[in-house]
Amino acid sequence: MDMQANVLSVRGLKVDFTTPDGDVKAVKGIDLDVKPGETLAVVGESGSGKSQTMMGIMGLLANNGRVTGSAKYRGQELIGLPLKSLNEVRGAKITMIFQEPMTSLDPLYTIGRQIAEPIVHHRGVSFKQAKVRVLELLKLVGIPDPERRINSYPHEMSGGQRQRVMIAMALANEPDLLIADEPTTALDVTIQAQILDLLRELQKRFGMAIVLITHDLGIVKHFADRVVVMRRGEVVERGDIEQIFEHPKEDYTRMLIDAVPSGAKEPPEDSAPIILEGRNVAVDFAIGGGFFTRATKLFRAVDGVTVRLKRGQTIGIVGESGSGKSTLGRALLRLLPSSGHYHFGDKNISNFDRSAMRPLRKELQLVFQDPYGSLSPRQTVGEIITEGLLIHESQLSRAERDKRAIAALKEVGLDPAARNRYPHEFSGGQRQRIAIARAMILKPKVVILDEPTSALDRSVQGQVIELLRDLQEKHGLSYIFISHDLAVIKAMSDYVIVMKNGKIVEEGETEDIFDTPHHTYTKTLLAAAFDLE
Amino acid sequence: MFHFVLRRLASAVPTLFIVVTLSFFLMRFAPGGPFNLERPLPPATMENLMKAYHLDQPLWNQYLQYLKNAVTGDFGPSYIYKDNTIAELIGKGLPYSITLGSYALLLALFGGVIIGTIAALRQNSFLDFLIMSIATVGVTVPNFVVGPVLTLVFAVLLSLLPAGGWGDGSWRFLILPMIALALPQLAVFARLTRGSMIEGLHTDHIRTARAYGLPPRVVVITHAMRGALLPVVSYLAPCAAALLTGSAVVESIFTIPGVGRYFVLGAINRDYTLVMGTVVLVAIFVIVFNLLVDILYGLLDPRVRHD
Repeated sequence: MDMQANVLSVRGLKVDFTTPDGDVKAVKGIDLDVKPGETLAVVGESGSGKSQTMMGIMGLLANNGRVTGSAKYRGQELIGLPLKSLNEVRGAKITMIFQEPMTSLDPLYTIGRQIAEPIVHHRGVSFKQAKVRVLELLKLVGIPDPERRINSYPHEMSGGQRQRVMIAMALANEPDLLIADEPTTALDVTIQAQILDLLRELQKRFGMAIVLITHDLGIVKHFADRVVVMRRGEVVERGDIEQIFEHPKEDYTRMLIDAVPSGAKEPPEDSAPIILEGRNVAVDFAIGGGFFTRATKLFRAVDGVTVRLKRGQTIGIVGESGSGKSTLGRALLRLLPSSGHYHFGDKNISNFDRSAMRPLRKELQLVFQDPYGSLSPRQTVGEIITEGLLIHESQLSRAERDKRAIAALKEVGLDPAARNRYPHEFSGGQRQRIAIARAMILKPKVVILDEPTSALDRSVQGQVIELLRDLQEKHGLSYIFISHDLAVIKAMSDYVIVMKNGKIVEEGETEDIFDTPHHTYTKTLLAAAFDLE
Repeated sequence: MFHFVLRRLASAVPTLFIVVTLSFFLMRFAPGGPFNLERPLPPATMENLMKAYHLDQPLWNQYLQYLKNAVTGDFGPSYIYKDNTIAELIGKGLPYSITLGSYALLLALFGGVIIGTIAALRQNSFLDFLIMSIATVGVTVPNFVVGPVLTLVFAVLLSLLPAGGWGDGSWRFLILPMIALALPQLAVFARLTRGSMIEGLHTDHIRTARAYGLPPRVVVITHAMRGALLPVVSYLAPCAAALLTGSAVVESIFTIPGVGRYFVLGAINRDYTLVMGTVVLVAIFVIVFNLLVDILYGLLDPRVRHD
């Protein structure tokens, strides 16, 4: 193949990391070609080396990383290129946008200045001269009122707007190649669709090639021309979109495609008693105000919501960030000050304070999204999962607690030997199992699951959902399942509540909501999630 | 901004009041008094002295009297330096301490930030370890050791600089005490800067800056350092207050007529008014520098800008 015809041509690229536990081979010699104007998707789960490949090419590896092999931009070797020459390519010919729109921009400078910087440095113009181009770019990426927004700081913008700013920065010098590293993963589904539309439109207009790094095959199908599937630092399969989706050769590829959670949950019988009820739940947060001054404003995070959870039911609460879905979950467990009427079983718990709630906590458990942050790094897994027993079943002996820990770990599909190890020794999926074991060991009646699968790879997600379903059947649990991910909600719950700005916009049985949504917002959500085309 | 400054200055009043009250009573609860000398005074003399300084009155009255005078700026006469009021003593010594302290502060700040940055950029290299070892020495070796060693080497052995005194106030007299005073603070600044620079260099927005081909100078100074300076700036307030109000040790070693020695002399001699005067002085410095630092912080970080 004529190497000059490719924008980017990668041969035998390896990335190694030196760690205290020896060398880690993150990328094990891969080949890639990107043709002018095409979109190549590099797909893989976490740890597949898809991001590190691009970081290696761009000279952005961490200090302990090393890249070898060849990566040519229009015939010019990038690996081993002196920094000064590399800096003539980066930001001008090849640009990048990143996953984290919250942290990828410098919080201390205005967005106008940050977009101008690559223009100033690559074209040798002044910031004043660059301003015209910045305004043009802001208009191009659809930031309203650019003359005013040019002086905004990143913290004054939403996640979607920041990602638009990153795109403006990426386009500033009319690159040949745009590397988009999980550009929409951190965004809400409706925003995700907007950002992808924008990228596609800009590509049509300017004709740059795009390398899209993602774990989400749903995006790939509608966005890319060709796909490279990576696993553990190697390319397992490559081909055109149709070929990959219609006739995948490798099991791994097939698994990724099928990994969208499937199945459905039968609703409980009509006679099933209501186990947890919150009527007219409202939560206010104070904004502003200091030590001596009163809060200047109240923000109503949850606004008069009523939830009735039956025994054996799973209510899915879906909404985008800021919709109040997590706050609602915490209010139902009486974990934060809120108004409304609450019943648990036949008890009226509306006026229960912390100490009155404590005996009930055993039966009302919570599992969080972040399996990294929600387990103490200084406790063994055994200590973590038996901590609740110390409080709620203090009569148990050490040996009995240990027995319960073994049973709980077995139940969530982990080796009981895990209880002597620490959380950092486990993968994300395993940690989420530990978090579930911590809740289940207390034999709860109601579990609130707050985005329990959102931080996990699709393949692992499926397993965790399977586990949660099994546990529910076995113990007759009732779940409130909070998620922004409609596919997971559909697979898990028999009743769905759609929330926006603290209010319920629509609710009903899962089938009805997904087949015949009535509210426009529900329709938008479904459209953004399921038909990106 | 203007309102912010006004608000902060207003809140300084209760702070000062609490500082004055606490130190007034703490000082009186300490055993002994200003006229308990090694050889006891005749009871009649003692009685007269107590009367002259109103020390025979109930404590509560003395306190109210002190407050009343302090509000008008009268901090009373010194019990030991009998011909001077506290205002005169501090007024005489303070310019020396402030001059020396300012130079030491500048040296500590710029020296510390520069070597801290170098260490961060060469993280885990020999240079990094060397700089950080020296910084540890700077913090641990007390300045009553550093001072005499400097004198011994540069004044006695090499005869390059004067051993002490203020002289005509030229840089030759200032250089050794300045180093002795600055060294521990320089080490603290270097450590703070190194830590926050290392963290800063690993942030996502630094990766963005590098990905966009910005020159290393811009990446390090414009993007990494501005953020990394925030914790350094926070430390600036207590450090400035400590340096500018003089150091008893350094001023004694280099015989500099500043206010630093009054802390020690006042406390040892139970010179109530002198102690109170120095405490109020330091409190004012701390309050003023905290305010300045908060304003500076707002300039550096738009997220905490005061409206």
